[in-house]
Amino acid sequence: MADFDQPDTDAVLTTADGRPLRQALDRAMRRARWRAFLLVVPLLLFVVVTFAVPIVQMLYLSIHNPVFSDHMPRITAYLKAHPDVGVPGEEGFKALALDLADAKKNRTAGQVGVRVNYDRAGSNSLFKSGARKAAKFKGPPYKEKLLNYRQDWGEAHLWNVIRRASHAHTLGFYAAALDFTYDAGGELVRVEPERQIYVMLYLRTFFLSALIAGLCLLLGFPVAHLLATLPLRYSNLLMIFVLLPFWTSLLVRTTSWISLLQSQGVLNDLMVAIGIIGDDGRVQLMYNQYGTIIAMTHILLPFMILPLYSVMKTIQPVYVRAARSLGATSLTAFLKVYFPQTVPGIGAGTLLVFILAIGYYITPALVGGSSGELISNQIAFHMLKSLNWSLAAALGALLLFGVLGLYWLYDRLIGVDNMKFG
Amino acid sequence: MALPAHASTGERVWHYCYLGICCLIFLFLIAPILIIMPLSFNAEPYFTFTQKMMALDPEGYSLRWYDKILTFGMANPDIPREAAWWSDAWNNATWLHAMKNSALIGIVATVFATGLGTLAALGLSRPEMPFRRAIMALLISPMIVPLIITATGMFFFYSATGLAHTFIGIVMAHAMLGIPFVIITVTATLVGFDHSLTRAAASLGAMPSTIFRQITLPLILPGVISGALFAFVTSFDEVVVVLFVASYDQRTIPLQMWNGIREQISPTILAVAAILVVFSIVLLTTIELLRRRSERLRGISPG
Repeated sequence: MADFDQPDTDAVLTTADGRPLRQALDRAMRRARWRAFLLVVPLLLFVVVTFAVPIVQMLYLSIHNPVFSDHMPRITAYLKAHPDVGVPGEEGFKALALDLADAKKNRTAGQVGVRVNYDRAGSNSLFKSGARKAAKFKGPPYKEKLLNYRQDWGEAHLWNVIRRASHAHTLGFYAAALDFTYDAGGELVRVEPERQIYVMLYLRTFFLSALIAGLCLLLGFPVAHLLATLPLRYSNLLMIFVLLPFWTSLLVRTTSWISLLQSQGVLNDLMVAIGIIGDDGRVQLMYNQYGTIIAMTHILLPFMILPLYSVMKTIQPVYVRAARSLGATSLTAFLKVYFPQTVPGIGAGTLLVFILAIGYYITPALVGGSSGELISNQIAFHMLKSLNWSLAAALGALLLFGVLGLYWLYDRLIGVDNMKFG
Repeated sequence: MALPAHASTGERVWHYCYLGICCLIFLFLIAPILIIMPLSFNAEPYFTFTQKMMALDPEGYSLRWYDKILTFGMANPDIPREAAWWSDAWNNATWLHAMKNSALIGIVATVFATGLGTLAALGLSRPEMPFRRAIMALLISPMIVPLIITATGMFFFYSATGLAHTFIGIVMAHAMLGIPFVIITVTATLVGFDHSLTRAAASLGAMPSTIFRQITLPLILPGVISGALFAFVTSFDEVVVVLFVASYDQRTIPLQMWNGIREQISPTILAVAAILVVFSIVLLTTIELLRRRSERLRGISPG
């Protein structure tokens, strides 16, 4: 009886030129999809080449440092062939001496020394002077000659470090980035308390970013509310106060904070003039955490106000009026009716400010001093000054994972395509 | 936000407190930017107001730091200011050199970012676009990933490929950093785009390229221009990547300011900053006018 409803399987719907409709539609859809995709391809390639590839390369560098194995091939091969030897015998020292002599010739002894020096202080000079010495060796016994020159060459800890450095692939830089090191016996241990800086810096970056996001919310909420509830004529005018800082160069804003916060600066002069503090009691507002917090709150505040404003703009005032007419006090109406509707904006703004704050570099470097320094400053230090690039990459990778986690959260909660400016 | 007639005394008090708090926050937002202006006319090499400036004595003010923008780095700043002096300034002054670099890098990077970004935004805003969400997330991520990490990655990549210390390398990096802004602004404009217009043009026999030039582009142009301005400002303001991959020849204004603040802090930086503030006021005005035009085109009238 249901047979009547079944369409005749032979009579497929067709287009005018006789092709089945389903096929024709599929084809048209496929073409449209390709057309859309082809529009995106050039940019996608560009971003992959200039952004994704460099980041992946950096991640690889954080677990791959071939300096030692490239420049000291013989001793690397020896250590690989003898996985259980601590301090090697004559054969190993011959490999070492020949490598050192080559390193002297190729001027790479310094690089190798620096690589070993990451894990054992004093190795830099040991390798440089050892290379100079080894270049003059005429023949065996190599071990005796090197040990006669410096007893350090027979130290078990040094050979532990050398063995680890000879592995091009290592997780050692992540260990270092989390304040761990290898002790004389090759066990993973925490570094001495006075050298534990990175975990503390990550925590400080996290807390300062959270504090700054909180301050931005505290300052941004009333302003966004005012802007969203005023008539458009006034709010458009007041919006300039938010958009002008947003459009002003980061360095300009940092410079002006320097002139405001210095101990001989405008704020201190003002306080002295009013008589809050004496001329000898000038407050140190800069080159410490206060500097970082004040300047970054100012710089990131527009990123809080704009998302909050765009959410508050959509909230109908009738709900609050209805609550008031049903007898709610203005506080209850605000807390129970208005505030819950602003939560998406609060989430978007707070997360955005937090994500931006966590990677800030310029402002803390200029006004933060050492106590207001964030993890980015250490990454820059290792990139530009100490030249321990693998450690910089490992520190950066840990920061990157954190930020990508937050970004994923942002995308899930708010959606990246809902981001708007101005 | 007018106070209703039935408001109680407590509500009135709170209302005026609230307005007061908002005024203070607006002051916090704007004062640091405006304070630069008078400070840059300081006659003394200080970063604060002198007695004479407070007394509005004309002697306390001068244009010496603006003059210094021109003379700093010149070979012979003391010769009479004729053609030779001006050509010396144009060729050798450190700040002018930085400004020329910033403008060149900014403009090329903007053209690049806007072209590629607009094209991609057209694709991304089509409903049939495959993997839309994932691709969008990737294209926006240069804005989210901390600059220091991007710069670190670029440093290694550019060192390996020979792009370090070249203009093309910095232009590529800045174009990449500006792309998220172009995508966001142009896709936002395309949300309100009426696709029946392009279909009408197609049914009347227009080629896809004609449709784009005659119909789509004029309608989304405000979004494209404001995206381009965002991209330009991103490049013009960027210092971390430049710090990592540029050499002396490619130094830009932000890098010069950064070096100035770190090495020999002089009020010349305040003068440059004041000029940049004026520049951002001009940009802001342009954006605002564009936004109004866009709203008018799309039939959203301001209330």
